[in-house]
Amino acid sequence: MSNKAVETISEATVLFAGDSGDGMQVAGTQFTLATAHAMNDLATLPDFPAEIRAPAGTTYGVSGYQLKFGSTDVRTPGDEVDLLVAMNPAALVVNLERVRIGGTILVNINSFNQKGFKLANIESNPLEDGSLDKYRVISVELTRLTRETLADSDLTRKEIDRSKNMFALGLALWMYSRPIKPAEDWLSTKFEKNEPIKNANLLLLRKGYHFGETTEQFAFRYEVNPADLSPGKYRAIQGITALAMGLVAASQKSGLNIFYGSYPITPASDLLHALSRYKNYGVITMQTEDEIAAIGAAIGASFGGNLGVTGTSGPGLALKTEAANLALIAELPLVIINVMRGGPSTGLPTKTEQSDLLQAMYGRNGDSPLPVIASSTPGDCFETAYEACRIAVKYMTPVILLVDGYLANGAQPWLIPEADSLPDFDVKFAARRKSSENGEDAFLPYLRDEQTQARPWATPGTPGLEHRIGGLEKENISGNVSYEPDNHQLMTDLRAEKVERVKAEHTPLKIFGEDSGDLLIIGWGSTKGSIEAAVAKARNGGLSVGAVHLRFLNPLTDELAEIAARYKKWLVPELNNGQLVKILRDRFLLDMTALNKVQGMPFRASEISEKISEMIG
Amino acid sequence: MPPADKALPKMPPGMKKPAGKRPAEPGSGEPVSLPVIDEGPSKLTRADFTSDQDVRWCPGCGDYVVLATVQRLMPEFDVPKENVVFISGIGCSSRFPYYMKTYGMHSIHGRAPTIATGLKASRPELDVWIVTGDGDSLSIGGNHIIHLMRRNVNLQILMFNNQIYGLTKGQYSPTSEVGKITKSTPFGSIDHPFNPIALVLGAEATFVARTMDRDPKHMREMIIEAHDHPGTGFLEIYQNCNIFNDGAFFEYTEKATKAASTVEIEHGKPLVYDNGNKGLRLDGFRIESIDLTNGKWSVDDCLVYDETNRDLAGIICRVFWSKDLPQPFGVFYREQRETYEETLHNQIESVIKKVGKGTIEELLHAGDTWLVE
Ligand SMILES: Cc1ncc(C[n+]2csc(CCOP(=O)(O)OP(=O)(O)O)c2C)c(N)n1
Ligand code: SF4
Ligand SMILES: [Mg+2]
Repeated sequence: MSNKAVETISEATVLFAGDSGDGMQVAGTQFTLATAHAMNDLATLPDFPAEIRAPAGTTYGVSGYQLKFGSTDVRTPGDEVDLLVAMNPAALVVNLERVRIGGTILVNINSFNQKGFKLANIESNPLEDGSLDKYRVISVELTRLTRETLADSDLTRKEIDRSKNMFALGLALWMYSRPIKPAEDWLSTKFEKNEPIKNANLLLLRKGYHFGETTEQFAFRYEVNPADLSPGKYRAIQGITALAMGLVAASQKSGLNIFYGSYPITPASDLLHALSRYKNYGVITMQTEDEIAAIGAAIGASFGGNLGVTGTSGPGLALKTEAANLALIAELPLVIINVMRGGPSTGLPTKTEQSDLLQAMYGRNGDSPLPVIASSTPGDCFETAYEACRIAVKYMTPVILLVDGYLANGAQPWLIPEADSLPDFDVKFAARRKSSENGEDAFLPYLRDEQTQARPWATPGTPGLEHRIGGLEKENISGNVSYEPDNHQLMTDLRAEKVERVKAEHTPLKIFGEDSGDLLIIGWGSTKGSIEAAVAKARNGGLSVGAVHLRFLNPLTDELAEIAARYKKWLVPELNNGQLVKILRDRFLLDMTALNKVQGMPFRASEISEKISEMIG
Repeated sequence: MPPADKALPKMPPGMKKPAGKRPAEPGSGEPVSLPVIDEGPSKLTRADFTSDQDVRWCPGCGDYVVLATVQRLMPEFDVPKENVVFISGIGCSSRFPYYMKTYGMHSIHGRAPTIATGLKASRPELDVWIVTGDGDSLSIGGNHIIHLMRRNVNLQILMFNNQIYGLTKGQYSPTSEVGKITKSTPFGSIDHPFNPIALVLGAEATFVARTMDRDPKHMREMIIEAHDHPGTGFLEIYQNCNIFNDGAFFEYTEKATKAASTVEIEHGKPLVYDNGNKGLRLDGFRIESIDLTNGKWSVDDCLVYDETNRDLAGIICRVFWSKDLPQPFGVFYREQRETYEETLHNQIESVIKKVGKGTIEELLHAGDTWLVE
């Protein structure tokens, strides 16, 4: 039992920052897991450089993991940091501006030397030159304590130094009264086969934890009470894991096998990694020679009666364009997942952005609409992945699922759904038949379902349904190649109509805040948390604001017109230079205001708050 | 026996014959000299594999022979018709699937191998064929073709090589000879062509063969071999585009010159050509033509071909538009290697055996969970 005073707080934001080789993502992830176990609500923001091991000590090599947790609703990873753990001067310099005035900065004093200052491009020691006067600074000899703790171990000096993140993690866990067991369990499994490393890490983790208890640098520690979460069984989930599970759940419910074709690209690669571990669910993953092959293989699998899925990030989506249109005109089910990163071109591979929306909507030759949906939280990645599969099959169309990079990497506590509660997912293949010689009752591959306008899914191996599909325009119903002007008009209209019919899948929009008033905020993707936090704050300040968040970007819901009509002004915040706002203005002919940010980082709630005040304050 | 025509030097790919050497027009539509084919025990006939679509190739195009040969062959294979799938890219040759009354997909330029791979990997019981052109497979689809080879997906690929882009009306292709005058190269093309056989051998292909449109009997044999090979069966078919590259292969395909300018390679048989008057022997790593009529050499001196020898295939395939050596046709190389889809499904099976088949409950509840009351 702790003999130090405990102060209860309602929420806190912690940021672990260090070299990309310092294990900050691990420390952050484990702190998150412990926090989930402490039953707090939470939101995370991993932020790391594109280089695997950028030169040590440099500012551009700094890797960070931020999370906010609390006993109340936590919607964003936090605007201001309460505790910054800085493993070196560069990590301090890069992140200082995020720390709240009066906040705590825990530094590894052993790295605060001339070499470190030089690498961080600072002239003097910030611990001594007064630049940290407005903060509470805790200097810990992390390197020395780590080496001392492991003095008797057989590990190399390098291995020892690399383990100091566990000391830091242990200390941070103690500071916020988090359970240590989840991290212990994780280490035990992770290093199951490497006893010395496992023991060293466990020892350091515990040492760090006890250090807080014993050192006089800490007079008290914090405690954050459990949040008021709906009852049920929870697990911590990352967006990427949720996507993989959503796809596999769709496979299980539909009886279709998932075929996932992909070419590695940050940040989508993790989906390939995750799915490749689901072999015992009958998932086929294929790492292809490029993104075109990945979508091609998925189309081939879909033609064969499987659920073809391909995942990528921006530049890869560009490569898939032509093949996506093949699936579109061949009217085959296909799910294209685009984990968005900063563009254009290679852009900012590890940073988040929402700038592929117009590419997803319009980036194909010809009139080629397809359903586009977006995930809004890590947990929502599960639902949207499932939904994308269901729509692709029901309407025989490719579907693009857009996932902000920051959701894919981010984590949250997730109420595990009951398998029975997932939407029905029945698949109807065209049935075996005997073809007649005179062709009178020949199979008609483009005869459409009245309700959905989908054509039948006839898969090779079914006698009597032999037919040819392809990229040339087809005559409706018969599926024969046709260059007839009227038929092309008809087919173009039908393909558009089919996407319109997807409106049947819309569920009513939920309005967060006022359901009529001065300002409506319309968002999509990962900005949900920041928008809702800003709306909550504005309403506390007496402003009349509501917000809706769109899952369906195509087709847009007609309901939005009605809702928008109840407000005087409209704001569309996006992590791009104004994309959804263009689509909405075009569709609803309303003079909507855009709030845009393309800095590789999510919105701070305060940035949206400021805009709200500017518009109606 | 006419000796090798000295006045008729070997020509680079695609070069036209001097006037007067060309044979009679093959005629419009299907050529006449197709072999009579024993339909075998199957009740199906060619008609069962002929779709109701009008064939839209130019009259006289070499594509017709391939289509007819394939349609005639299909009933002979021990494959249920509904399991047959033809997948093509874009090009004149790639219209092929529309004319087959089987499952098919006329896809996008160069990408047929990707689609076929996804289909075969997920449905190993299907009999998958790829139909492609020299541009489709070696230009835009070059990346996919090599990866198809190394993966060894069990399917057949018929590569129609006419050394030209037919469908886009006659630009030079990656198999066209240097200096080719086309619409896009009025002063002659400047890039060196691929040797397709060498290319796929280098890409770890397990079955590599070459045939020609004007020898349907040989083509038939080669298609059977490619089809029956348990792995990727790559068959290059020299195909005459009588509109944009007429006569590109006449030296090899026409009676007057065929015997002296081609050699049929067959496993276990000596490399003899020119109606037995000439042979090929190995001089170190070099192929050499020997005269079997002057008493100095005999058939016993000729190289006995071994299609399982990759190095030999590498040497013989290098005989490519050679001035002094005959162009080889037949099976260059054959190797038994586990197919991509076998390995894939074996791996899945072994994982299932080890950890059991996953259920949706296990999926959702896996890992670290906790209860909130
Ligand atoms: C993406 C794309 N680029 C270009 C084309 C135009 N195109 C169609 S076929 C073709 C070349 C076909 O040559 P080949 O594969 O040799 O087929 P052939 O017509 O000679 O049988 C080209 C360039 C296309 N259809 N798609
Ligand atoms: S253009 Fe050439 S390859 Fe194409 S159909 Fe005509 S003859 Fe055949
Ligand atoms: Mg060609």
